[in-house]
Amino acid sequence: MEHIELFFKSIFIDNMVFSVFLGMCSYLAVSKKVSTAVGLGAAVIFVLAITVPLNWLLDQYLLQPGALSWLGAEYADYDLSFLSFIMFIATIATMVQLVEIIVEKFSPSLYNSLGIFLPLIAVNCAILGGSLFMQSREIATLGLATTYGVGSGIGWFLAILAIAAIREKIRYSNVPPALRGLGITFIITGLMAIGFMSFGGMLTGGDEEEAPKETKTVTVKTAKENKEVLANNIKGIK
Amino acid sequence: MGLLSKKDAQLITDPLADNNPITIQVLGICSALAITAELKASLVMAISVIFVLGIGNVVISLMRNIIPSKIRIIVQLIVVAALVIIVDLVLKAFAYELSKTLSVFVGLIITNCIIMGRFEAFALGNGPWKSFLDGIGNALGYGVILIIVGFFRELFGSGTLFGIPVLGDPIAKTGLYAIGYENNGFMIMPPMALIVVGIIIWIQRTKNKALIED
Repeated sequence: MEHIELFFKSIFIDNMVFSVFLGMCSYLAVSKKVSTAVGLGAAVIFVLAITVPLNWLLDQYLLQPGALSWLGAEYADYDLSFLSFIMFIATIATMVQLVEIIVEKFSPSLYNSLGIFLPLIAVNCAILGGSLFMQSREIATLGLATTYGVGSGIGWFLAILAIAAIREKIRYSNVPPALRGLGITFIITGLMAIGFMSFGGMLTGGDEEEAPKETKTVTVKTAKENKEVLANNIKGIK
Repeated sequence: MGLLSKKDAQLITDPLADNNPITIQVLGICSALAITAELKASLVMAISVIFVLGIGNVVISLMRNIIPSKIRIIVQLIVVAALVIIVDLVLKAFAYELSKTLSVFVGLIITNCIIMGRFEAFALGNGPWKSFLDGIGNALGYGVILIIVGFFRELFGSGTLFGIPVLGDPIAKTGLYAIGYENNGFMIMPPMALIVVGIIIWIQRTKNKALIED
């Protein structure tokens, strides 16, 4: 049950693009055509599904305060968490390189469709963001970490697919010249993000007890603000 | 600017407007949008990026002849990660509350495309002094947008600037609130950041027709 909950939460409520704005650079740069958007989206799902669990293991057995206790009691006081940025990014960069080599060797056709996107991914904030959110939200087990990685990847895939489809069609519309290209893409993404905010109540189902537990994270805060605004609006209507 | 030659000065001033990293080069959007609900957070983020990009550009530029091109991305990432760890530890030591607000976004400076973009496009091919100026210039261009967005979002969203109420007290109904003004809570939410940046792009391109895409 908690797997399903986390899965849907990471796709819709904490959507990488619409609620935390991660991976915006490649999201804006590669969304001109649906076919390339699908390629990059698939690569992101793939890499997130590998790196999040891997970084979970690193975090659990190397970086957290007291994580080294499996080496012996004298290591139990070590706290290496200040190294997490450098360890995570090194894992991601090497994994991306490894995946590239393996895919090139065993599946040239997949390499042809994914290959050019893989180097782009090492510097995609969604990938590092996935690992950092996994760490800051203290996800409990390896299985949940994998679910979180796959879910966030699918969320990102959905977002880039949607914007690419809209951008292909928007060519036929009469956009003010100064807004063409980048400007209108920003505004559309903003409107889509407003749309995605309506998923906010999906899992809690209006259950007020659930929300305050996780006020630590950025996105839950937005959900709370969301409620405040709704309350304000209702006040306005009254 | 007696200290800088004309060409050097251009390295700093160009990214402020006509070659702005956010509105023209489309780099480093993620953090620009996520943390601009408050002016203070935007300012700290801007300063952090100026530090990381300025120093990082110099380091990469000094090493440009000894980095093998195949593994350059990993080398660049390690350099940025080391600098970002410094920023993160300084923030945690001197501004703990603020570092909680910024949460993972300090870490995400590592993958901020502005930094990798400038390393690739400039620092790998130019000397340290020029790279330093380029880094500072681009980070300033980034910071300017961040501060503009932060200013409008905080002013209209919560009626404060740097946490100080400037439009009166919404509860006691003083200042603007006395005549029926309400805070627009929507401005604090993430989607409005996108729309504000969209509007900045719109205004900039209306003023400078050469930037319009087709």
